Amino acid sequence: MATALAKAADAGTSVEYSARIEHVSKSFAGPAGQQLVLDDITLDVAPGEFVTLLGASGCGKSTLLNLVAGLDRPTAGDITTDGRPALMFQEHALFPWLTAGKNIELALKLRGTPKAERRGRAEELLALVRLQGAYGKRVHELSGGMRQRVALARALAQDSRLLLMDEPFAALDAITRDVLHDELTRIWRETGLSVLFVTHNVREAVRLAERVVLLSSRPGRVAREWRVDIPQPRRIEDAAVAELSREITEELRGEIRRHGQH
Amino acid sequence: MASTDTPAVKDGNDLAGLEAGLDALETVQTSRTPFRTTFTQKIVPPVTAVVLVLLVWQALVSFNIVDDPSKLPSPGDVWGEVEDAWLQGTLLDYIWTSVSRGLLGFLMALAIGTPLGLLVARVRFVRAAIGPILSGLQSLPSVAWVPPAVIWLGLNNSMMYAVILLGAVPSIANGLVSGVDQVPPLFLRAGRTMGATGLRGTWHIVMPAALPGYLAGLKQGWAFSWRSLMAAEIIASSPELGVGLGQLLENGRNTSSMSMVFLAILLILVVGIAIDLLIFSPLERRVLRSRGLLVKS
Repeated sequence: MATALAKAADAGTSVEYSARIEHVSKSFAGPAGQQLVLDDITLDVAPGEFVTLLGASGCGKSTLLNLVAGLDRPTAGDITTDGRPALMFQEHALFPWLTAGKNIELALKLRGTPKAERRGRAEELLALVRLQGAYGKRVHELSGGMRQRVALARALAQDSRLLLMDEPFAALDAITRDVLHDELTRIWRETGLSVLFVTHNVREAVRLAERVVLLSSRPGRVAREWRVDIPQPRRIEDAAVAELSREITEELRGEIRRHGQH
Repeated sequence: MASTDTPAVKDGNDLAGLEAGLDALETVQTSRTPFRTTFTQKIVPPVTAVVLVLLVWQALVSFNIVDDPSKLPSPGDVWGEVEDAWLQGTLLDYIWTSVSRGLLGFLMALAIGTPLGLLVARVRFVRAAIGPILSGLQSLPSVAWVPPAVIWLGLNNSMMYAVILLGAVPSIANGLVSGVDQVPPLFLRAGRTMGATGLRGTWHIVMPAALPGYLAGLKQGWAFSWRSLMAAEIIASSPELGVGLGQLLENGRNTSSMSMVFLAILLILVVGIAIDLLIFSPLERRVLRSRGLLVKS
């Protein structure tokens, strides 16, 4: 029943999954008694796999991400992850009292990186997100896209095997979002991380993922899964991306329509 | 699909260039305000106000609108009082006696109020138990503590410090509590996913995030310290205590020297403002500016 965060790490190095979600349900106390938000979700994320969770409002995708991140406990079922996952939010969540570089160094410090190595590692991570020279910048001096890249660098600083992303690009303008998609794909391929990415944007899901998982709403259940075999690097305007997106959108609309029928 | 190696590399270079372009376009340039603007907008208005008050004051005396010097001394008389005190070498003594007491008392209030505020903010039971009392104490005039403090501790410095503490600790603790309450939950969640929980979370996330509210509390705490001290000094004068600004005021009243009373009031005011301008305002501005919270008007 309990979330066993460290279980996989203790078991040894050979894990065949980065996150294993087994029969997880979650309910919250609502005005009409207990309200079921997630219903019997079972989902694995393989090492190095990029999975997007797709769903309309009320599918509990953020709730599920919180459970995987260990910020909350499931009502039933088990979640096992390979070490503590890193989490990126829709808002950058950078600390305004620290510079970009020091934000990254704080993550390194909390992870136990020795003081002498932190500065160099932070510079490396900033270079990875192509923000050399932003080390001393304050958060308010950075643009929205730059903030999310620093947030990504900070998440990477946690050196987790699994990166959870909760609609991280939803608040950005289309051009910036497009660039960050390319950036994320590049970094994912360079680092070999597993990514569990939550979004309500079908094209974004198809653009990024190896596997798209569609959740139904109220309560959230796994409705369907698609494997995306379009080779990377993809573009959001590729015909193949558009075609699969159309198919998934139809399915998603069907899911939404069911809620208007009674 | 035509994803051979060459387009991918080209793609990568394109991306770097594109990104650099976006960054350059979206970065806001900020500049410091030139001194001239600061001078005309920040310095000239208050100086004008002070000069006007002095003119009206002088006019009241010169045109015999108030012609009893025991009610209203002229600005010149008060200035004479300042000169006398300066020449006798007592002016700085008066100020230092009160300021040293006030600052020491404030530092003690800081040492007590900070952990107390953290406890109230972070421990639910403690908050329910003493939170309302703490905010209620803020509205109790600290002069009310002078009589019991004199009875408990006698006429000495400890009694002064006790009054300062009772006045300033609630302000400092309450400032910290409201600072902690205003910490965006997102920061706490971000901190927790990074492993900042418990004391590490308090030190690395909660305290720095609550700093603006805490500073506001400190500022108010100083104002309360200074006020409480003046109340204590006026009520409890004794030869062993030395002459601070409060006693100076009381001495002026006893000797019916209105210019001494004015001198004392002015010094109390000036010291209060000076500490705020020299210590708290720069500190607050620095913290707010570094977080991009200081909006230029």
